[in-house]
Amino acid sequence: MRIGANLVIGGTLFALVVIAGVLAPWLAHTDPVMDANLMNAEEPPGGAFWFGTDAQGRDIYSRVLYGARISLTVGIVSQLINTVIGVCLGLSAGYWGGWWDDFVSGLTNLVLAIPSLIFALALMAILTPGLTSLLIALGLTNWSFTCRLARASALSLKSQGYVQAAKVLGYGDVRIMVTQLLPNMLGPIIVIGTLGMGGAVLAEAALSFLGLGIRPPFPSWGSMLSDARDQITTAPWISIFPGLAIFITVLGLNLLGDGLRDILDPQGRAGKA
Amino acid sequence: MSAAPLLQVDDLRIDLALGDERFAAVQDVSFSIGRGETFGLVGESGCGKSITALALIGLLRPPLRLAGGTVRLDGREIQSLRAAEMRRLRGKRISMIFQEPMTALNPVSPVGRQIAEMFVLHEGATWQEAERRAVEALASVRVAAPERRAKDYPHQLSGGMRQRVMIAIALACSPDLLLADEPTTALDVTVQAEILDLVRDLCAAKGTAVLMISHDLGLIANACRRVGVMYAGRIVETRAAEEVFRAPSHPYTSGLVASLPLLGARAKEGRRRLKEIAGVVPSVAGFPHGCRFHPRCGRASDLCREDDPGPTPLPGDGLVRCHHHG
Repeated sequence: MRIGANLVIGGTLFALVVIAGVLAPWLAHTDPVMDANLMNAEEPPGGAFWFGTDAQGRDIYSRVLYGARISLTVGIVSQLINTVIGVCLGLSAGYWGGWWDDFVSGLTNLVLAIPSLIFALALMAILTPGLTSLLIALGLTNWSFTCRLARASALSLKSQGYVQAAKVLGYGDVRIMVTQLLPNMLGPIIVIGTLGMGGAVLAEAALSFLGLGIRPPFPSWGSMLSDARDQITTAPWISIFPGLAIFITVLGLNLLGDGLRDILDPQGRAGKA
Repeated sequence: MSAAPLLQVDDLRIDLALGDERFAAVQDVSFSIGRGETFGLVGESGCGKSITALALIGLLRPPLRLAGGTVRLDGREIQSLRAAEMRRLRGKRISMIFQEPMTALNPVSPVGRQIAEMFVLHEGATWQEAERRAVEALASVRVAAPERRAKDYPHQLSGGMRQRVMIAIALACSPDLLLADEPTTALDVTVQAEILDLVRDLCAAKGTAVLMISHDLGLIANACRRVGVMYAGRIVETRAAEEVFRAPSHPYTSGLVASLPLLGARAKEGRRRLKEIAGVVPSVAGFPHGCRFHPRCGRASDLCREDDPGPTPLPGDGLVRCHHHG
């Protein structure tokens, strides 16, 4: 089987970020929150501080590593919530049809009509800022694409012979959805989920930048960017490294999504066979 | 033999709704199948064979609708059961195999697991036990190396092999009745005979009755004890299989028998052109007045154009719907 360059590069970048996040306590030089030292404030990158230090003298290298934990948690968990909501609603709507389908389609269109970041902003304004609220806000606002995909797949799959056969053999509706429909639509769902993860990382950065996400002093790439605003001309490294981290993570996830699409797409699979 | 047949269908009527109009796609269909008996339904495409089978297990979907008649399984009416009760019958007491073994299996699940699912679903078996019984079921449908095959995905199997798997699934729970809808039509001729033998042997072993649906009169006559010939939504003749061949009573049945190619000794009697029945099956929306076969019938008279013939008993538990049968 030929594995595309997208998959290799994207997978490598994503794996690097995951490793950085998981091994942060061992890789980091200092504690990201506590080790503020105004004597070292705004040191440029060098031997002692690889990525330099910020206005409070904290090691940016260490903060970027710990920031990966927040970004990955938010990206993966919120996208999982989105995927579960989208698949449950879309799959059941496509399979059952009728008023439930009308209701779900209407809801999907409603959610699609509101820019998801604005929606998340509104939710964050109600909830208290913090990791849990961020997960809820981002997990409830980006399921509409997954939902549409799941619904369309269910619509086309439910006329397949094996779904009809399952009905004849006495399968219940839920069993048909779980064993017959879901495994057959998993490929595109995974692709959309991976791409959505990149979107969630970006959305977390944006919300934290606006002060509605992770609260300082805890390191999140978005809040680090926000803090670095004032020094962008005098100490550009404070904003460059968190920005680079966001860039690498999102690029990695998008390439990974594209690469997965190449091997999971039914048409790609047909070409292989 | 118990008094009540296993399956008793009376005056089955299936409506097709097109816009505001309703047409009877199947009408006055009555037949019965005894325990372990093989009953054949034969007829051209579009005469209502398959939807009759679907009606028996309550799976008609709009625009088709069960509009009348009764279906009794072991004397109990099942046509008006609630959805959940009907679902418990499906696969456990009434099972079905299909024309297209290519599409009737889930492509992302190993075949052994698909068989095992039946034991889990209908008999509450544990997955471990079910997987073991699935291998036995594969062996019973004469699949070589069943342990290895159980792990195969459908696309790794040939058409005949897939139909064997489908049979294993359908017969997993030893149902009382197997609906076989054109089970061999999509297969090679050599494989057809093997599959039919398999169905016959397995059903005999399990005491399963079979409703065999086909457009192939030869196949039906070989596989079944009794035959119902369907035309335009009605059963026009019900007879013992050998009687149908020896002395077809309805002119449509005569036409079908005459249109069979002759092989071997009978072919030596003389080369002759293959007979055909003139015309096509009328569409549901345009069933002719009177006898539905009269526009294509050589024996048609004015009576046939006016009056719809009712069922006439024939000797030996047969029925025919024709004014001029014989």
